[in-house]
Amino acid sequence: MLKIENLHAAVTDSDEVILKGIDLEVNPGEVHAIMGPNGSGKSTLANVLMGKPSYTVTDGDITVDGESIVEMMPDERAHLGLFLAMQYPSEVPGVRPWQFLKAAKDAIDDANGQKKTSVRQFSKLFDEKVEEIGINPDLIKRSLNEGFSGGEKKRNEMLQMQVLDPRIAIMDETDSGLDIDALQAVADGVNKMRSPERSFVIVTHYQRLLHFVHPDIVHVLVDGKIVETGDASLAEKVEQNGYRDYLAAQRNGK
Amino acid sequence: MTTQDRLTISRESKLDDAGYKWGFSTDVEMELAPKGLSPDLVRLISEKKDEPDWMLEWRLKAFEYWSKLQREDAEPRWAKLRYPDIDYQDIYYYAAPKSFDDAPKSLDEVDPEMLETFDKLGIPLHERERLAGVAVDAVFDSVSVATTYADQLEERGIIFCSFTEAVQNHPELVQKYLGSVVPYTDNFFAALNSAVFSDGSFAYVPPGVRCPIELMTYFRINTEGSGQFERTLIVADEGAYVSYLEGCTAPIRRTSQLHAAVVELVALDRGEIKYSTIQNWYPGTKDGQGGVYNFVTKRGMTERDAKISWTQVETGSAITWKYPSVILRGDNSVGEFYSVALANNYQQADTGTKMIHIGKNTKSTIVSKGISAGHGENTYRGGVKILPGAENATNHTQCDSLLVGDQCGAHTVPYIEVRNPTARLEHEASTSKVSDEQLFYLMSRGISEEDAHHMIITGWSRDVIKELPFEFALEAGQLLKVSLEGAVG
Ligand SMILES: Nc1ncnc2c1ncn2[C@@H]1O[C@H](COP(=O)(O)OP(=O)(O)OP(=O)(O)O)[C@@H](O)[C@H]1O
Ligand SMILES: [Mg+2]
Repeated sequence: MLKIENLHAAVTDSDEVILKGIDLEVNPGEVHAIMGPNGSGKSTLANVLMGKPSYTVTDGDITVDGESIVEMMPDERAHLGLFLAMQYPSEVPGVRPWQFLKAAKDAIDDANGQKKTSVRQFSKLFDEKVEEIGINPDLIKRSLNEGFSGGEKKRNEMLQMQVLDPRIAIMDETDSGLDIDALQAVADGVNKMRSPERSFVIVTHYQRLLHFVHPDIVHVLVDGKIVETGDASLAEKVEQNGYRDYLAAQRNGK
Repeated sequence: MTTQDRLTISRESKLDDAGYKWGFSTDVEMELAPKGLSPDLVRLISEKKDEPDWMLEWRLKAFEYWSKLQREDAEPRWAKLRYPDIDYQDIYYYAAPKSFDDAPKSLDEVDPEMLETFDKLGIPLHERERLAGVAVDAVFDSVSVATTYADQLEERGIIFCSFTEAVQNHPELVQKYLGSVVPYTDNFFAALNSAVFSDGSFAYVPPGVRCPIELMTYFRINTEGSGQFERTLIVADEGAYVSYLEGCTAPIRRTSQLHAAVVELVALDRGEIKYSTIQNWYPGTKDGQGGVYNFVTKRGMTERDAKISWTQVETGSAITWKYPSVILRGDNSVGEFYSVALANNYQQADTGTKMIHIGKNTKSTIVSKGISAGHGENTYRGGVKILPGAENATNHTQCDSLLVGDQCGAHTVPYIEVRNPTARLEHEASTSKVSDEQLFYLMSRGISEEDAHHMIITGWSRDVIKELPFEFALEAGQLLKVSLEGAVG
């Protein structure tokens, strides 16, 4: 479903190359975990998949169902069914979460030739999810992410993911900064959404989340490249040993 | 919409057109009414309106004063605005409505560009016909609508009519309050307006009466090469309340035009006036040709326990020079100013307010949001003055600028004068940009770039827009979107 081939990406208008040849294939129903040291390019990969303009793909390709998405704007990728739960979601003053999410859902439905959800129906869905994820109802009366705590922002990302119902969900450290209850809520949400048609790419530093959401495949990303791929046990190994060996190997390789 | 609509339309004139008729008058002399300003022209205007002597005299005194200012070259130039000198003798000061026989008969005959704009604004069809001046039925229709409400208003003793009618039917009220807040000596443009004002609105709400509907006037300039000088006077008597909406929502795509209006608000003891404006005069072309020069004097005066609240969304005009102000004369009175001003392409806006605290415990709030895009220049100019007798006066000022792109400018010029040590003043200011992070965030959820910009900008303006009556708030949102088209993406 999602295929990444020899992906090279740099910071736009600079020589700073961050992704240095990534190959990755995500099939329907699979859950992939990506681990790696700070600054290795995990968020960059996630953002490049979503089409963030501050990065430029300099080589390689990203395809969804065989179609290249490299030239697509972020909104078009969302229409295709991509979703990115961000590591640092933006604050948008004066914009209500409800209003924002309704506009997003309508835009996606519209692009896919589907009817808009009625306000009533949407409100019902929204309220249900708010309760399920355990979001403080006072929060959603505020501006989007404004004054939200770190954990509240992450829960709000989960709300969006569940309401927008993507085919390919990319989660960038959604588990960082979450309390135990929130972590459980996120895991439950993901597990409930898991289906043979939907795939997940989960960027994480910790085993915690992977105990609840069992990944099919685990990748280790170091300095813009995937250096090892394995099953769930690879995550355990990484957590025990850290990245010392990978980093040493990388230094020697140079 | 529970509003009473009154419409002030001047139809487009073609002076070289032999078949052209001067609206309600077929006077040949009128057809040849020259450009330019003279005592005779002032007399002509007054005569056409069949005004009483006191009105003519007042106009003439204003004219004399204006002439003196002009001789002394006292046209104000302190604002951060650049525009070519205005030739006051090259303007038509009297342009009467064209005969309804010549008005377009249906929407098919109306300028398609204007229709498109109405469409974008989401103005309902019957409204569009009315705005486009598709005459007879629609206009008569709206007159009959107005009459329906007029009964409701009359029952309560509320007067709402054109300024011309007010001079005829309520001379004692007009004479008492006209110039009481903005005297013709106030400034160059106020003097000019006082001499030649064409029409405008008048509202009076008697003691203790709460006006049950929002009063509304749409203004339009159509006549090429003409100036527009309307005059509005609103009086809330003791304990009265009125909400008044002023819309200029039909952009006219013609050459530069001068618009110099005066609005006076009087809120007597415990009276309250809420005045909302959506200003969308033609802003000129994308490269800065034409557009309306908007020089407006708006001021209110509050007596004891009274309140005046100005809310404005300014998206139009090539040049905006406008400072809706409140003189807080009575103790415990309140003045508010909420403003969103947008300057896109080559638009220039120099706008703000003045809060003059005279009474004790007077309180003022200023929330100004300036959006600059394209090559737009936006200046907030605000004055807060606390006079010696204004014991315990408070002011809160919040002044935010938003930049879209990097060719535009935002400026803040606050003047503060405090002559009573018990005063408490707070001033907050910020400048921000629509960030790429915010845009990416919204777009990654499927929202188009244009809609994302719009959502961020209206969100940012929310503190002001939420002060508008509901229908107006929707319109304001749409207007911001239309006005920013081309600035983003
Ligand atoms: N816009 C940018 N401009 C300059 N450098 C950048 C930019 N974005 C990322 N980088 C650099 O690229 C490298 C990878 O960053 P990235 O955010 O992808 O790391 P990460 O693996 O997500 O790290 P973490 O685990 O800390 O979240 C870092 O060295 C970072 O400083
Ligand atoms: Mg990261």
